Amino acid sequence: MIGNARGNEQKMSGRMIADKTVKYILFISAILSIVIVLAIAFFIFRESVQAWTEIGFTDILFGGIWRPGQDQYGILAMIVGSVAVTVGAIVLGVPLAIGSAIFLGEIAPKWVQAILRPAVQLLAGIPSVVYGLFGMVVLVPIIRQINVPGNSGYGLLAASIVLAVMILPTITSIAEDAIRAVPDSYRSGSLALGATRWQTITQVVLPAGKSGIIAAIILGIGRALGETMAMIMVIGNSVIFPKPLNANPLTLFLSQARTLTGNIAVEISYATGVHESALFATGVVLFALIIVVNVSARWLVNRQSSIQTTRQ
Amino acid sequence: MNTKLETIDYNLYYGNFHALADISVKFPEKQVTALIGPSGSGKSTFLRTFNRMNDLIAGTKYTGEVLIDGIDLFKIDPVALRQNIGMVFQKPNPFPKSIFENVAYGPRVTGMHDHKKLEEIVESSLRSAALWDEVKDDLGKSGLALSGGQQQRLCIARALAVHPTVILMDEPAASLDPIATLKIEDLIHSLSVNYTIVIVTHNMQQAGRVSDYTAFFYTDETRTGRLIEFGETQTIFTNPKDKRTEDYITGRFG
Amino acid sequence: MINQNIQSIQHKDSDIFRNLKVRNTSQNIWFSIMWLAGLITLIVLLLVVGYVIIQGGKAINWEFLTTPPRGGLSGEGGISTTLGTTLFLVVLTLLIATPLGVGAAIYLIEYGGEQALTSPVMRALIAIANFAVETLAGIPSIIFGLFGYALFVSALQLGWSLLSASLAGACLVLPTIIRTTEEALLTVPDDYRRGSLALGATKWQTLHKVVLPAAVPGIITGIILSVGRIISETAVFFVTLGGSARMPTSIMDGGRTLALHLYYLAMDTNAFDKAMGTGAVLVIMIILINLSINIVSNRLTAKIRGGK
Repeated sequence: MIGNARGNEQKMSGRMIADKTVKYILFISAILSIVIVLAIAFFIFRESVQAWTEIGFTDILFGGIWRPGQDQYGILAMIVGSVAVTVGAIVLGVPLAIGSAIFLGEIAPKWVQAILRPAVQLLAGIPSVVYGLFGMVVLVPIIRQINVPGNSGYGLLAASIVLAVMILPTITSIAEDAIRAVPDSYRSGSLALGATRWQTITQVVLPAGKSGIIAAIILGIGRALGETMAMIMVIGNSVIFPKPLNANPLTLFLSQARTLTGNIAVEISYATGVHESALFATGVVLFALIIVVNVSARWLVNRQSSIQTTRQ
Repeated sequence: MNTKLETIDYNLYYGNFHALADISVKFPEKQVTALIGPSGSGKSTFLRTFNRMNDLIAGTKYTGEVLIDGIDLFKIDPVALRQNIGMVFQKPNPFPKSIFENVAYGPRVTGMHDHKKLEEIVESSLRSAALWDEVKDDLGKSGLALSGGQQQRLCIARALAVHPTVILMDEPAASLDPIATLKIEDLIHSLSVNYTIVIVTHNMQQAGRVSDYTAFFYTDETRTGRLIEFGETQTIFTNPKDKRTEDYITGRFG
Repeated sequence: MINQNIQSIQHKDSDIFRNLKVRNTSQNIWFSIMWLAGLITLIVLLLVVGYVIIQGGKAINWEFLTTPPRGGLSGEGGISTTLGTTLFLVVLTLLIATPLGVGAAIYLIEYGGEQALTSPVMRALIAIANFAVETLAGIPSIIFGLFGYALFVSALQLGWSLLSASLAGACLVLPTIIRTTEEALLTVPDDYRRGSLALGATKWQTLHKVVLPAAVPGIITGIILSVGRIISETAVFFVTLGGSARMPTSIMDGGRTLALHLYYLAMDTNAFDKAMGTGAVLVIMIILINLSINIVSNRLTAKIRGGK
């Protein structure tokens, strides 16, 4: 009897030790994400220090000329390129994405949803190089038809369209989630007051789902700023400030450009010394840009919810 | 007394499911009618017939007639109909907007944009819903920041603001504490001077307290809701004709 | 006002009737626009997928799939080694990322709550860990590439290799695996846990005998999603994997994935047909991956419904 009890005790403590050990192992994997984020920040920044000190903060950030052969490392043109193509993608993609989200969440019959939702999911999964290739093979030749001297087809317009298609599924599916998360009691409350379904959507559902919809758009902006390969393939990659090709200001969109991401990817494999460090500095700027976008989004969303002062 | 709402041999189906069977009844104008009966007997479904909220569920079909002021309800645009028939839900459902915006919502979506008039409507609706004195200094506050009972009165004010003639109430006090419930019941009393009110309730005492007429719904294994008995509340409660009504009222099942 | 009756709404000259017409018309117009938005989205998909598969399909044949790329401006050869490299890279990346990601998710969901109560430091750590996962998910892939280049390729001197690429790739897919596993764990009813703990099982026994089996379909979904991401990813591997078209023989060799190969064909050769063929192979793989995710997640919902 006594021996038996002792045996049980030993078995018990074995189980307990296993329990504890597992807990610590799991803890380490949970902490790993923090380590990776810190390591990314550390390494990208450390590698860029040389550029910041040797070239100078303002010369990198506001310098208009990028000529590694002549030790000129201004990335302003690339910042403008990234922002321009992102704005273009947002202008083209967001209305379509929000429209699709409203359609999927509020209007489409079940059988249409059953077709469209997997389609959106598939769009999200297509590799960016495939979009880039499609842009090169289909879009660029079409755009080249626009008869303006200096128009190669490659440039902001092609890149904005490709990017708009790439952010479309991201924004659509997150915005749709936000719309579906709005409680049905709001809808029935509004309809029972004699509002039409469309009035209910615009005046109750969308305001109630606003923070989620804004979050979706912000995520789309983040994706657009971060997209690399497809941009390299269709934007032309000339390090120039985008400017109209002739008197018509709209020809600005036919101008070639280079994005921050493209700058890194195109040159990193052969860059050394300050040049390499300047590419890491480009990465730091890209990172900072994305953080600014995310923080302002969070601020927008919080401000929104403090106005609504919901009480649970 | 005028008849406000009437159904003749009304049947409702959800797909293949026969939800309501052969209901013929007349609800008198400016009276409170209570719909009582066990869960699943179709009271709420029947209630939602009058503002056609059942239409929103795919696959609903009906036969028979439903009339408002003698007019076939299914020939009226549902949006117009709902302007004339207000509804208060089981759980208070104010919009995540200010108190003012909640009440002004109905008039606004139905085309009223004059701010002066909106202010008047908001005040008179909140007064009718016995909420004005509690919120008049705080109309910009979120409707969701009110207590449960206040939220429900806000929803009643919101319904009154579009000037309906009928108010449908789906267990309006089910989620409220006893004191808030009493306030709602007082309110129903005072509203019945101007409005035709149809109220679904599980609470026998409440039905007895607030209603002039009572309709008893019942269902068997088929889960099809049927109207068993309709009459003045006094009669139904003291001298029911049907055995099932009597059993339910005296608490033998439910 | 209160005595407006239903006839007044029916009356064609009434303000209410006119207002109603305006509102219904506006609804019809806007609903049509929303239908159009949905339709355009669908057309965009059909256009891209249809074009790539139809045009690319012409280049796909047995020889294309089984011969290695021969390089050159005309992009001669097939894609066999890139298929092999992709497979290697997927397996290696997942071998690294899956245990770490699943472990992190288990800790954050199953232990996080109670551990956060033990001390303010733990609470802060867990909050920061959640924030870190969110941050990782938002970092652009080229930054993972730069990081991999700086740490694995250069500092650790692993060079352009499968190992460098899979380590960087693991960082990239880690948040995906963590999030999907977390979601799967959250759908396991608490009753399962209480039931097992009440029988005297330790927390870990409860987890690996009761909770994890119930969460398996969700975890598999996360892994399949990650497979898709690795197959699609180009920027990270562009700067960590080298680009050699030869078949890697060890994890220290460089290589070229399908997506990278497509990029090189499109940018450095004039073999657009082969690039399109490679694109078609990629798109077909993604379609298969999406199908299998839907199958697994349907099974998951069926399981939860069955469990109740």
